[in-house]
Amino acid sequence: MSDLFSKFDPLIEQREALLSSGLTDPFNLVMEKVESPTVAICNGRRTILLGTYNYMGMTFDPDVIAAGKTALDEFGSGTTGSRVLNGTYSGHKACEDALKAFYGMDHAMVFSTGYQANLGIISTIAGKDDYIVLDIDSHASIYDGCALGNAQIVPFRHNDIDALEKRLRRIPEGAGKLVVLEGVYSMLGDIAPLKEMVAVSRANGAMVLVDEAHSMGFIGENGRGVAEAQGVIDDVDFIIGTFSKSVGTVGGFCVSNHPKFEILRLVCRPYVFTASLPPSVVATAATSIRKLMHGADKRAHLWENSKKLHAGLKALGFTLGTEQPQSAIIAVIMPDLETGAAMWEALLKEGLYVNLARPPATPAGMTLLRCSLCAEHSSEQVDEILAMFGAAGRATGCI
Amino acid sequence: MDDSDEIYGRVKQLVDNFNKKGVPVTPDTRFQQDLEWDSLTVLDFVAGVEDEFDIIISMNMQAEIETVGQLADAVRKLAKD
Repeated sequence: MSDLFSKFDPLIEQREALLSSGLTDPFNLVMEKVESPTVAICNGRRTILLGTYNYMGMTFDPDVIAAGKTALDEFGSGTTGSRVLNGTYSGHKACEDALKAFYGMDHAMVFSTGYQANLGIISTIAGKDDYIVLDIDSHASIYDGCALGNAQIVPFRHNDIDALEKRLRRIPEGAGKLVVLEGVYSMLGDIAPLKEMVAVSRANGAMVLVDEAHSMGFIGENGRGVAEAQGVIDDVDFIIGTFSKSVGTVGGFCVSNHPKFEILRLVCRPYVFTASLPPSVVATAATSIRKLMHGADKRAHLWENSKKLHAGLKALGFTLGTEQPQSAIIAVIMPDLETGAAMWEALLKEGLYVNLARPPATPAGMTLLRCSLCAEHSSEQVDEILAMFGAAGRATGCI
Repeated sequence: MDDSDEIYGRVKQLVDNFNKKGVPVTPDTRFQQDLEWDSLTVLDFVAGVEDEFDIIISMNMQAEIETVGQLADAVRKLAKD
């Protein structure tokens, strides 16, 4: 019998080699207690969290928690059913109403995760003989959405407007076209030139989907994302988002003004063939989304944090993913996986948690220490974070 | 198929531009096993071929193409359409 697990041997060996040096496993951290959006207890130690997607710090918001508790009491712990059967409660509709109000759009569809939102929308709307043109650095959920469907997939070089335009022009006449972009690319924290890309897409007769997972709540005047900030949100056909970042719970969604949008509820398999979100989750999401509509002060403070951390890390001598801070993600580029893992561990011992990101999640084989800021990080915490980076960087020889 | 084949000759020229390891290239040379390009190199190479012949080679098609000769055949078919 051939062992189906043989294909994982190279990864198993790489992991064993890394861990045999006595290093803490970067992909096995357990948080014993979570004190706030920015502090947890890990291995008995108070740790500042700089590797969550809790951008707007909504996870401990008293109104959000109260809404969840009430829903748990009144509607129970789960729906035990699909959205199209017994899994749509008033809370799910209220959550979709909150999304429509937040984005100023006609339709909203809530999925059980953000991953499923991409999987469902992309695989369903682009059929055989249609073309999906996407940025090469797209998130795994976008690629998996492409793989689940059967459209022709055409990637273009990251954020390259000319490369996108050339491919769009060469698509056979009459074929359906979907351009898939992200507002913020989560590995390096850079944003897309959506103004130009959306214009080029429309000029070539393509529909446009933008994943704004990492910008919702933070970027744009109303927190609607990069498309709003660059003034092209009205030309975007579909916005995909998640509740597991700024909203502070779990779930995914698509909002759109397409007049036939509602039919997706019957034909989108990752929406139909899975259980809907628990009532407490949609209640926390709806409350959080409505509060994010009035989050201008928090947005301003988060920008201050991002600028301060970026400037501070640069001054310490680290190489960063972007020349200027473009989002709440600051990526520190490490020379290799071994150094990255050593630096990650040194930071954890200092009392700081960041994400260690490695291929295949990262572009161009890079190893990154990815820092994501929260609106609840105080300016003093950012000072503390910079001091820890300085100490860990010197201890590991990174700077 | 040899260098006298016009399309193969142009494809081979493009392969040479990215063939940093100096692997000898024939129509039977395999992209994955012989040339061992990373994903970014593949992307740039495919873009180069697309620009050279003004065609589009989707990832679905790329999955079916293993050798330089097969690529030349695919290009011939696409350029004709």
